Amino acid sequence: MRQLVFCLLSVVFLIITDLTPAAARNLQAVLMENLKSIERPSRRTVGDTIENLFNSGVDGVPRFLQKWRDKKVWLLKENKTLFYGSDKRGDIELIHIVTGKVLGSFSSRAAKQIKPNSGVRSVIDSALVRFQLSDPDPKVRGTALQTLERNADAKQLKPLRDSVASETDLSLKARKKRLERLLTISFGQSIPERVIAIKHFEGDVGIDLRAALNPLLSTTTIVAAELPKDKNIARQLQIGIDISKAEAHAKLASRGLAPQPLVKSARDAAIIANAADGKVEGVALGALNTEAAREKIYRTLVNAGKAAPFLNPRGLEDLLQKYIFFEIYTEPDPRITDAALNGLTSINAAVNLNQALDLGLDALSLASIYFLAAIGLAITFGVMRVINMAHGEFIMMGAYTGYLVQQLIPNYTISIVIALPLAFAVTFAAGVILERLVIRHLMHRPLETLLATFGISIALQQLAKNMFGTQAVPLTAPSWLDGSLIFNDIVSISYIRIAIFFLAAAFCLLLLYILRRTRLGLEVRAVTQNPLMASSMGINPDRINMLTFGLGSGIAGIAGVAIGLFAQVSSELGANYIVQSFMTVVVGGVGSIVGTLAGAGMIGSLQKVIEWFNPSNTLAAQTYMIIFVIIFIQFRPRGIIAIKGRAAEE
Amino acid sequence: MFGRSTTIEKPRSFFMKNPSVFIFIAALSVITVVTTLLSEALGLGLLSTSFIKLLGKTLCLCLIAIAMDLVWGYCGILSLGHFAFFGLGGYMIGMWLMYERTKDIVINSLSSQVLPPTPIEIQDAIGTQIFGVVGGSEIPAIWFFADSLSAQLALVVLVPGLLALLFGWLAFRSRVTGVYLSILTQAMTLALALYLFQNDSGLRGNNGLSGLQNIPGLEEIPQSFISIWFLWGSALALGLGYLLAAWVVSGKFGNIIRGIRDDEARVRFLGYPVETYKLFIFTLTAVIAAVAGALYYPQAGIVNPVELAPIASIYLAVWVAIGGRGRLYGAVIGAALVSLLSSAFTGGQVPDLPLGFVLLQWVDWWTVFLGFGFVLVTLYAPQGLGGLVDRFIRNGGYK
Amino acid sequence: MSALLEVDGISVAFDGYKAINDLSFSINEGELRAVIGPNGAGKTTFMDIVTGKTRPDSGKVEWGRPTRNLLRMSESEIAKLGIGRKFQRPTVFENQSVQDNLVLSLRKQRGPVSALLYRPSRTDLKKVEELAEEIGLEQRLHRNARELSHGHKQWLEIGMLLAQDPQLLLVDEPAAGMTLAERERTTDLLKRMAGERAVVVVEHDMDFVRRLNCRVTVLHEGAVLAEGSLDFVTSNQSVIEVYLGR
Repeated sequence: MRQLVFCLLSVVFLIITDLTPAAARNLQAVLMENLKSIERPSRRTVGDTIENLFNSGVDGVPRFLQKWRDKKVWLLKENKTLFYGSDKRGDIELIHIVTGKVLGSFSSRAAKQIKPNSGVRSVIDSALVRFQLSDPDPKVRGTALQTLERNADAKQLKPLRDSVASETDLSLKARKKRLERLLTISFGQSIPERVIAIKHFEGDVGIDLRAALNPLLSTTTIVAAELPKDKNIARQLQIGIDISKAEAHAKLASRGLAPQPLVKSARDAAIIANAADGKVEGVALGALNTEAAREKIYRTLVNAGKAAPFLNPRGLEDLLQKYIFFEIYTEPDPRITDAALNGLTSINAAVNLNQALDLGLDALSLASIYFLAAIGLAITFGVMRVINMAHGEFIMMGAYTGYLVQQLIPNYTISIVIALPLAFAVTFAAGVILERLVIRHLMHRPLETLLATFGISIALQQLAKNMFGTQAVPLTAPSWLDGSLIFNDIVSISYIRIAIFFLAAAFCLLLLYILRRTRLGLEVRAVTQNPLMASSMGINPDRINMLTFGLGSGIAGIAGVAIGLFAQVSSELGANYIVQSFMTVVVGGVGSIVGTLAGAGMIGSLQKVIEWFNPSNTLAAQTYMIIFVIIFIQFRPRGIIAIKGRAAEE
Repeated sequence: MFGRSTTIEKPRSFFMKNPSVFIFIAALSVITVVTTLLSEALGLGLLSTSFIKLLGKTLCLCLIAIAMDLVWGYCGILSLGHFAFFGLGGYMIGMWLMYERTKDIVINSLSSQVLPPTPIEIQDAIGTQIFGVVGGSEIPAIWFFADSLSAQLALVVLVPGLLALLFGWLAFRSRVTGVYLSILTQAMTLALALYLFQNDSGLRGNNGLSGLQNIPGLEEIPQSFISIWFLWGSALALGLGYLLAAWVVSGKFGNIIRGIRDDEARVRFLGYPVETYKLFIFTLTAVIAAVAGALYYPQAGIVNPVELAPIASIYLAVWVAIGGRGRLYGAVIGAALVSLLSSAFTGGQVPDLPLGFVLLQWVDWWTVFLGFGFVLVTLYAPQGLGGLVDRFIRNGGYK
Repeated sequence: MSALLEVDGISVAFDGYKAINDLSFSINEGELRAVIGPNGAGKTTFMDIVTGKTRPDSGKVEWGRPTRNLLRMSESEIAKLGIGRKFQRPTVFENQSVQDNLVLSLRKQRGPVSALLYRPSRTDLKKVEELAEEIGLEQRLHRNARELSHGHKQWLEIGMLLAQDPQLLLVDEPAAGMTLAERERTTDLLKRMAGERAVVVVEHDMDFVRRLNCRVTVLHEGAVLAEGSLDFVTSNQSVIEVYLGR
């Protein structure tokens, strides 16, 4: 504590040496001079009060401000003097502001606590920041810096600059330097200094930087007979291109250079005002049922001096010829605006590049979700020529399994570790049951399998509704998956999505391994190509079909847990992904893992790119994506990875 | 008996060969007449207006089921997107209904002004009235014909017809068949539904078109009469649709599309342009579906994008499958039975079933039973209820 | 006589496997030809290419006078030109009567509108009757094709081809699964058909081919191995190697 006081004092000393040496008054006296505004501070006046305190050059101002801010200043009623005290009720120990001597205990009735409101406190805070920037505690310095980063004014530039050199913490130092430059851009003393600060940021994509540069380029639209010489002109506006005729007219009217544009309601009001006995200027009101007729009557009224004149189109045209419209920068110096313009150009290039990167990451994450959702479908369709319409409900089943596990095991990490294999097991079993009871009996009737599995789908969906309600329930990710991996202000990706990406990658490799390197994979491929031949070779196609279907369904369960982690779990969870999964399979090509991967990549990135062009509208993105898929299969009816030859001809 | 005849038979008439058409038309007429006699408007008043509307809507669903049966049961194209055409038909007629009615209301409210309204004022007021709900006031270009009944009636046929033609051409041209095609048709209707969900689609986003039960120019006539008229209209459309479908499938054309269903390659190698036939039947059924939709939604009162969601079209396939595909009366039976039962069970009209340990609430459990029941039908009665009828007739007849 | 069908240097590969390798083949009007070869010799793929089901990677397929390029046409267009095809498995419309099957195949306008408006005339029915007699199914005209025996189905399919009135018939293993008596009758049928129209018969069975008594083309690994009379090709050394193994 003593150290802190010492440090504060030394900073104050530095400041004082900068100011004109003041008379050797003490703080108490200065406070008494400003007593009224200290006692009842308002947000508007407190700034001046603080300036007064500083300008007086006395010691201990920062300490006082800190106490004031923390409601630890009391006014002793009997002598109208300020003391420090604690922020509590009952008896208070008052301490002398200058000497630090304990005055003794007073009842809270004898003294009045000074309580600045939150608006005042925030002003005091920002005044204190300059002292906290050199606080020995890095945490205090960090907080102070953060306050400045959010909101800073010209006055803080200098203390910030002074604190840079003595900063020992490297990351704080970097932040300070950056902020110092940013503040220089806005508040720097000299033009070259500011220009250099702007140039220094070329290629930077920080939002703070854009926030600093954009105000420099704010413009106002001006109309005049000719271009002024002394203004920093941004550009001249061409009527009909940069500014519409109506806007130009409004501008002229607001400057008093032209009559106000004629508003329909004003015109009609004027007609009605001049009407008598259902007639106006000899024309029956009933005949005024077209715009042209009303305009004609109004013109007659104007000519008769009964209505305000208005500008006809030709008159407006003539006026617009006489004047030019242009934008001028609020910033008067062209060197600054030029530098800012150049800076923003390079920044925009960098921003675009980074946005493309971010889009790529988003697309990758979406693709891995689609891959997980679709791969089970692709495998079963490839091997058995069966589309499982209940696949979406298997995804949902996996997600609810995860939810139930979390109900039993509160530790999110352990519950996820258990939920993944359990979801696989549950949906694997469901898949095997479905295969044994239904699909096996419809083996060579693919369309009927599609419908029967649809029946399963609606039944399961309704069952989920009956069991878990229609409200969505959360599936919470462990805390180590919270937050995002942030590269800069533009490029970031949440850890959950990274985890899903690795999950998808792991399953892709695992499936490739199973299909290409194991006995099971060999048998699966044999059954895919020719079930009859395979069975004559001693492979049991029934068993292979069952296992394949179970495997495909099991992965759906895993996908359910993964999707549940970032979306809410509801009975419609699966239905929301099923059409995209179908699209992925169709685009990728049937029965190929690599194809599904390619399909997922294509559908995912396509959706993201369309969303990028039309960010407000994800619905439209899906519409266009489906249209794209329909057109795509014109060129590759069998998908990206097509099985050729006789096997595909059936 | 047939097997032994070797003489050349005189080609028999259409009705002789298709006795079911007679029976069907007769049954439909009886139902219509009886309903009319029991209605509030023209008869004893035993049937409420809402029930008449339900019947009228069910007849429209039977009509789209016939379309589905033609395209799936006869031609083997399992379209999971025919409700897109149904919904579009509803939207097309709905545009006229909504525009005209809003226009009447607007002119009425503007008539109290001192100055008679100008066309632009009327347009603006209609725009604000219809599109205020999606934050617009401009009337989109696609409403250009909304003022003309005949134009919108033409669009009822043209818009879904052209969509079917375009989609079918793309799909059949690239030889997409089987489940692939089903998925694509499903994607088509999803894309359309998602498009309509947007506020700037020009069709009021998820609000859809509403107030369609109010027929412009007929404000004075109570709904009880209008519902009867629509019932007659729906019955007439269903009857004509049945006749058309029966005629289409009765001759060589019917044999060809059945051939496409059973063995597409054989038909192709006989020299028939299979894709053209598929496109023809796909578009024809889309138009039938659109007409059904145009009759349905004025009775329902509202059409919105949810109606076009893929699930609706899949239910359509379920009706036809339960009724028995490949027979027109099967489709009608399935659609009428399942849709009426569904609306009864999910509408809470059927008392809950106490099972001792638990109360079975039909609202919650009907869909579950329907789903599993449908699986059972697919497994054990692939020909549906119509197949049972056929078996019954065959057992009663020769063999 | 001029060549009716001229296949010149076609090749096609599936995933690197050359199913047809620089195959050339020609047949004259009214000629009967047998094509033999072991499994995988490319017999069916050859038919697929001629009928437009499969597009070759290279080569030409030309038809008639003036010559027309078949490679640009769809299956149905090629069929309409006058090339009929019988599949290995009998493919008839099982849910339709024999009469309907034959009426469907009669040479008529193939468009959907004309099919909608078509009603069989007396002459059409007469023609169907005659065809049924030709293929020995006149007693079963009103039976569902599903109820026919395997051999009868084969004949019905041949009848359907005849109803198309083609100039070239491609017949894939017509005698497979037939009884001896049925085989003899099939041979007679094919022989009768040839003359009026060209017939290409793909067969495994040497006895059957011998009975056809016609020119024989031997395919092996997607190319023509030998061509000539049956005695000529069976005495050819490479044919013996292929058939009997080395």
